[in-house]
Amino acid sequence: MARPFLGIFITPAVLVTAGFVLAMGAVLQYAVLAHIPGELEPGGFSLMHFRDMLRPLYVGVFYDTVRLCFLTAVLALICAYPVALALVRVRSPYLKSAILITSVTPLFLGEVIRTYAWIIVLGHRGFVNATLLGLGVIDQPLALMFTQTGVVIALVHVTLPVVIIMLAAAISHIDRDLERAAAALGAKPLRVFLTVTLPLSMPGIIAGLTTGFAWTFSAFATPQLIGGGKVTMLSNLVYSLGFASFNFPFAAALSVAGLILTAVSLAGFRLLLRPLNRVGVR
Amino acid sequence: MITLGFRLIVVALLAFILLPAVVACIAAFDSRAIIAFPPQGFSWRWFHRALNYEDFRIGFANSLFVAAIASTLSVMIGSGAAYAIDRYAFRGKALLEALLLAPLAIPHFTIGLGALIIAAQIGQSRGWPVVILAHVILVLPFVLRSLYVSLRNIDPRLELAALSLGARPGRVIWTVTLPALAPGLAGGWLFAAILSFNEFTASLFVTAQRTQTLPVAMYNYVREYADPSMAAISALYILLTTIVLVIANRFLGLGRILGTEDARH
Repeated sequence: MARPFLGIFITPAVLVTAGFVLAMGAVLQYAVLAHIPGELEPGGFSLMHFRDMLRPLYVGVFYDTVRLCFLTAVLALICAYPVALALVRVRSPYLKSAILITSVTPLFLGEVIRTYAWIIVLGHRGFVNATLLGLGVIDQPLALMFTQTGVVIALVHVTLPVVIIMLAAAISHIDRDLERAAAALGAKPLRVFLTVTLPLSMPGIIAGLTTGFAWTFSAFATPQLIGGGKVTMLSNLVYSLGFASFNFPFAAALSVAGLILTAVSLAGFRLLLRPLNRVGVR
Repeated sequence: MITLGFRLIVVALLAFILLPAVVACIAAFDSRAIIAFPPQGFSWRWFHRALNYEDFRIGFANSLFVAAIASTLSVMIGSGAAYAIDRYAFRGKALLEALLLAPLAIPHFTIGLGALIIAAQIGQSRGWPVVILAHVILVLPFVLRSLYVSLRNIDPRLELAALSLGARPGRVIWTVTLPALAPGLAGGWLFAAILSFNEFTASLFVTAQRTQTLPVAMYNYVREYADPSMAAISALYILLTTIVLVIANRFLGLGRILGTEDARH
């Protein structure tokens, strides 16, 4: 078949891809170069960073990062599912638009504004404490800022919109005749949901979990500002190594380790969820 | 199936999603210079301060500049690539597609760090080209996904009809494919512009004082000051974004751009 303009069409994309590959190559290259304190230029080949990152301090950050990402992805999935289901199934077009706009607006506000807004909600004199104190539920302000709980709440909120989109895309592809058939054969609504709708939305659930995980892994402003140094994720460590210590090789090595960790975690995710995926096709 | 309990859960979750934005908008009118809730007094002073704050003004101009260039480039680059990947068979196609979509799975701080290192290596440290390249890399996957959906919704018979009537391939693309693709292009462009305007983590790595974008300026502000100026600028941002989304939904169908609606229904 003729392929008119193939060169014109793909050359720009190839150039961007080359830029991306060069950037990733630079990270890989720096990861295996020595850091000379006080110098911006890296030294010769060395695997010192991969040895250094086995110190308890760094292993702790890796562990916290994976745990927070996993927790956030699961919580975001649980919160996103009802919203996604309502978004796809609601009949009124106005209600549908309202749910869609409400759930995706945060996505378009950026991480900084969302995190800042959470500071006003979670702060010592913030919304949650003012409300609970006013209602007499507590008599001392709760410590939410600079805690893992606070960071997870904000991370779930940051991750929620993208998980809703993933789930809604999957749920919208479910053939509703299957649900009608189950109902016609006498299944109660809850049973229809548990045995038909939920299994058939499994591709969206897997996509939502993995995207939620990767998205949280990439978060920087939320753990930085709400964690305030008490909760450190890999992104914060990489940034402070680069811009506070000017140790770019170590920052690059940690990024590489982070990529490997994400890949391993996501592969593990898929392996764990594989039995679930079969539920839908049975 | 939609019972009262389910409705309550959905309403509560939507309230959770809206809560921080609402709280920030209210806190913006506080007359005191602290971050606290509920606000005391009523004042526009933080809006005044936010709009006149030098770093925000420069950051806003920089963000507009970067978003305009990065989104336009992404749509131009993305539409060619999406068309070629969707319609043609060529060597390295799978690799090209995988590399174009790969930034979706890579943390922004890693891409930012990589861009910073190559910029330093070619002596272009933290100038505009690096910022724009980083943004194009990051938004291109979203543009591609939005364009694939539009390309697949074009009836291939329209193009075949034009070809069989004797139009040259260039003319078919120009007079049939491109007009049919226009809503997808507009949606992808808008999506890319908003994402680029808001991109923060990679920008933090690759911008300098001179090229600082608005999210970076806002981040620096939150770290240095604790007055509600940021709440004021957040309120403006929320208002503007909501208006853009409502308009986009009205004219382009947000559900289609984001893929939450099945085109067949």
